[in-house]
Amino acid sequence: MADEVKILDFWPSMFGMRVRVALAEKGVGYECIEEDLSNKSPLLLQMNPIHKKIPVLIHNGKPICESAIIVEYIDEFWNDRAPLLPSDPYERAQARFWVDFIDKKLYGSVRKIYGGKGEEQEEGKKEMMEILKELEKVLGEKDYFGGECFGVLDVSLVGFSTWFGGLESVGNFSIETECPKLVSWAKRCSEKESVSKSLPDSNKISEFIVQFRKKIVG
Amino acid sequence: MSKEEVIILDCSLSPFCNRVKIALSEKGVSYESKEEDLFGSKGGKSELLLKSNPIYKKVPVLLHNGKPLNESSIIVSYIDETWPSSSPLLPSSPYERAQARFWIDYIDKKVFDVGSKIWRSNGEEQEEAKKELIEILKQLEEALGDKDFFGGEKFGIVDVIAIPFTSWFYAYEKVGNFKVEECCPKFSAWEKRCLQKDTVSSVLPCPDKIYNFITSMRKNLGLE
Repeated sequence: MADEVKILDFWPSMFGMRVRVALAEKGVGYECIEEDLSNKSPLLLQMNPIHKKIPVLIHNGKPICESAIIVEYIDEFWNDRAPLLPSDPYERAQARFWVDFIDKKLYGSVRKIYGGKGEEQEEGKKEMMEILKELEKVLGEKDYFGGECFGVLDVSLVGFSTWFGGLESVGNFSIETECPKLVSWAKRCSEKESVSKSLPDSNKISEFIVQFRKKIVG
Repeated sequence: MSKEEVIILDCSLSPFCNRVKIALSEKGVSYESKEEDLFGSKGGKSELLLKSNPIYKKVPVLLHNGKPLNESSIIVSYIDETWPSSSPLLPSSPYERAQARFWIDYIDKKVFDVGSKIWRSNGEEQEEAKKELIEILKQLEEALGDKDFFGGEKFGIVDVIAIPFTSWFYAYEKVGNFKVEECCPKFSAWEKRCLQKDTVSSVLPCPDKIYNFITSMRKNLGLE
């Protein structure tokens, strides 16, 4: 029986990108339904009535919400290939800790960079660089956060790398200068087919960020 | 045979610490609790805590044979995976596991913060927070449905995560002048059912202790 897999998504969303990359890693085909977040569809409101947010994975009609939860679901359901989480419970806990760290911290600082001015924006830049430096420590000398293989933390962070250029341009700073390891990790990831075919063009994201900032800040 | 060393860097009133202790009790795992001085009256947070959780510097921390684990929901999942033979806390199907994780995330995002607003404020702000808490509990009642526990017939991971917050409800009720049981009877019934379990009642603090804690905090904030 063929699986029916749909994603309710918004193309620039780093969170939606996680789901696309995870499915691509597992070689699972899906239909992507683009949402207009200013005019959310009845399907989205029905599938995610509590948070009304994307991404939502709809698997054979059943909804799964929250991107980190969706990625674990994908890993557990299609558990016969490309494991995303390590098998050892301690290492799984570490991976989950860092995904949670990204979720708690990263977006808030990103918002200050593309949506803030003056001091708020400076604060956002400082915070974001601290977060990225912490993540560089976690990466260490490994090719991927998952070690030799692409893992859940790689999946969870790689979409964010499409935002680098746009944030640098509106924030007038260089991520590569302070976090060269992370930038080379991002380049390494983009050489993987599952990543390159799942992520939008960084230039398009940069354009989106510039336009979005104009709407918020003027 | 080497002995398992399980230590929790703890705060007896914290619902986040208490969920970890309930999970360990459910698994029949013995542990040592080290109470942390979170408010600095006896020297502040220990070196061990600061070293074991350098990012957040928070409790609970689980030290399993010396290796630290942080973030209570992640710790509870770790406990379930490490001691799998007795009473699994997570359901077995990927879809039901995703649903359980969704409710854990919902509870973690909402319950304690909104509850804190109730005792950290007065007047209209407090009324808003009460309304919000009732809405959250009604949402959880819907998720519970007609089941005995969120885990179904058996006490499961969502029950472990949620039940410790209820020891704070008595304080919210006294400060906010309302009763959870009147607004959310199903939720209260679930709470009573959980409290009948030894693994829960042996861990949770007396609600009076929490009420006393909140009263002194409110005095410090100039709210009473």
